[in-house]
Amino acid sequence: MAKVTLEKVSKFYGNVEAVKKIDLEITDNEFLVLVGPSGCGKSSTLRMIAGLEEIDEGKIIIGEKTVNELEPRERNVSMVFQNYALYPHMTVEENLGFSLKIAGMQKNDIDKRVAEAAGILDIDEFLQRKPAQLSGGQRQRVAMGRAIVRRPDVFLFDEPLSNLDAKLRNQMRTEIKRLHQKVKTTIVYVTHDQVEAMTLADRIVIMKDGIIEQIGTPLELFETPATKFVATFIGSPSMNMISSTIKKDQEKYIMITEDGLNIPVPKSKQDVVKEGQKISFGFRAEDIVPLKFGNKPSQSWGHKSKVNLSEPLGTETLIFTNFGKIEIVSRMFTPELVRAGDELDFALNLERTYLFDDETGKAL
Amino acid sequence: MTKKQINNILIWISAILLIVLIMTPGLWVVITAFRPQVDIMAKPAVWIPRNLSFNQFETMLFGGSEGSMGRSKVPVLSYLRNSLIISLVSTFIAVLIGTLGGYAFARHNFKGKNTYFFLVMLTRAIPGISLSLPIFILFSKIGIIDTHLGIIIVFVALNVPFTIWLTDGFFRQIPRAMSEVAMTDGCTRLQAFWHIELPLSKSGIASAGIFAFLISWNEFAIVSNLARSTDSKTLTVGLMDFTSQFTINWPGMCALAVFIIIPALILTFMVQKHLVSGLTFGGVKG
Ligand SMILES: Nc1ncnc2c1ncn2[C@@H]1O[C@H](COP(=O)(O)OP(=O)(O)O)[C@@H](O)[C@H]1O
Ligand SMILES: [Mg+2]
Repeated sequence: MAKVTLEKVSKFYGNVEAVKKIDLEITDNEFLVLVGPSGCGKSSTLRMIAGLEEIDEGKIIIGEKTVNELEPRERNVSMVFQNYALYPHMTVEENLGFSLKIAGMQKNDIDKRVAEAAGILDIDEFLQRKPAQLSGGQRQRVAMGRAIVRRPDVFLFDEPLSNLDAKLRNQMRTEIKRLHQKVKTTIVYVTHDQVEAMTLADRIVIMKDGIIEQIGTPLELFETPATKFVATFIGSPSMNMISSTIKKDQEKYIMITEDGLNIPVPKSKQDVVKEGQKISFGFRAEDIVPLKFGNKPSQSWGHKSKVNLSEPLGTETLIFTNFGKIEIVSRMFTPELVRAGDELDFALNLERTYLFDDETGKAL
Repeated sequence: MTKKQINNILIWISAILLIVLIMTPGLWVVITAFRPQVDIMAKPAVWIPRNLSFNQFETMLFGGSEGSMGRSKVPVLSYLRNSLIISLVSTFIAVLIGTLGGYAFARHNFKGKNTYFFLVMLTRAIPGISLSLPIFILFSKIGIIDTHLGIIIVFVALNVPFTIWLTDGFFRQIPRAMSEVAMTDGCTRLQAFWHIELPLSKSGIASAGIFAFLISWNEFAIVSNLARSTDSKTLTVGLMDFTSQFTINWPGMCALAVFIIIPALILTFMVQKHLVSGLTFGGVKG
């Protein structure tokens, strides 16, 4: 239970700046997820909080204390790693109790705490086993148990689920969320999986190339992405993105795509674009739907196109079709059968399109 | 017969030939240790052993009835004591230093690390014997010729590089995350090493220790220069006591040789499992 503050924190590996002057405030009991593509500096950031990497520039404050000069053991944080890193020569019980033993706690008290943690994570039955005799999911639980036994101020998770298969991953995801509700603690959780981030986080930090692209709640990021990168990163399927150029046409701005399609700039964005500007405009799959299976939005643009492929998933159907030469995806929630080769009239909801300046990558 | 069967047979034949090639001299030493001098010197050779006895061993250990050559008063027990002291102490020190060194190479990044590592390994490329004259001169200047200390220093220097190499590979195999968890769990670096990394690399350290011990136990060339008397002569150097100007006491020498081989053999068998896992585990560097 503590808040964590990062002030202009940088990390260098030789000449490579892996983390670039990031500022971040994590409030007490918050579940904060750091997400971004591989190599963007998530682990480095986490490891600096843990004290496993030197903080090359800036300051990290946990609670009221600046921890730059403190050893990992003096920071009262617990870390859970991707490959669990259980101590293979100790039983589950010894793994769980290790930190307390090092801290010099009495055997009785250790047993009590271990039993409590084992209860929370449902690992009572394996206490006498060695890690090698556990399945992946059980190991994951033990790793989490080992972290909570200490009652740390902050939990740090570094891609804890990426070694598990899909089914177990979903299950453990739910369990981590539940754990956070039971054990009220600040959590910083690193993942490259945006679904994991969306489902777990109170707030998400999106990183790219060592900088923070955007911070916000899952819905904020989904609804108002600050950059093109955030827009394509968050949401599944990924936001459709079309490069085009702004042109004035009879007092109104329009977008001309690379394939020569002319699309009006939505009313709300008429004032922010200028002649000749290179932009990308994006729209989510559910905002372009076949006309005959949906309602026509008030501000829409019609597009006739052949279906390349359709994926009926039950509650929804994904339709892959062309937008000029670029393939886009449309999602409809009506259980109608669509076949490859069908020619459909699509309606693009212009009010729900996003415009990004190509030079800065920022939303317009 | 299939090609595979023929292959198998060929492999077996070569394996047997190889084993015979390796084993024969050792076996001959053992047989010789139990034979009278006449049989040993006989021409043509007496292939099938006869008249075997323990005389040589009795003479060697208890100074019992005179050996066949009548002058086998080699102070084997003193040599044994020297061998044990020198081998054990030098092994302990070499493993201690080597393990810490290996850990440092495996876990710390410092400037010129690869060059250092290369230099340390390079010392193994120099034949020890070529150093024995400089060492002799140096040691005689500081007065540690013919002492346990002098020989121990040489053996430690001889064994540290190999220990570093072996344990470095071993520590690399242990995921860094393990000691990192331990450190966030409240350990100092040293505690993490002691509680986590050291127990996990037991077999690597054990194999390093065995190798160091065997190298010290068997070393001859350098000790034969540095050891002058019963104060520091080891068993291997003691073998030379069986030679005199015109004759060699073959049975006595072979009896002592057997005596030297036995502990090495027992040790090897005892830790064979460790040794194999140690070498393969440590050998594959990450
Ligand atoms: N120990 C290291 N030495 C050198 N470069 C490193 C080291 N650790 C990470 N890096 C580099 O720093 C960048 C960020 O790495 P990391 O924080 O692990 O990213 P992420 O966890 O987001 O995948 C990457 O380009 C990576 O190659
Ligand atoms: Mg990472």
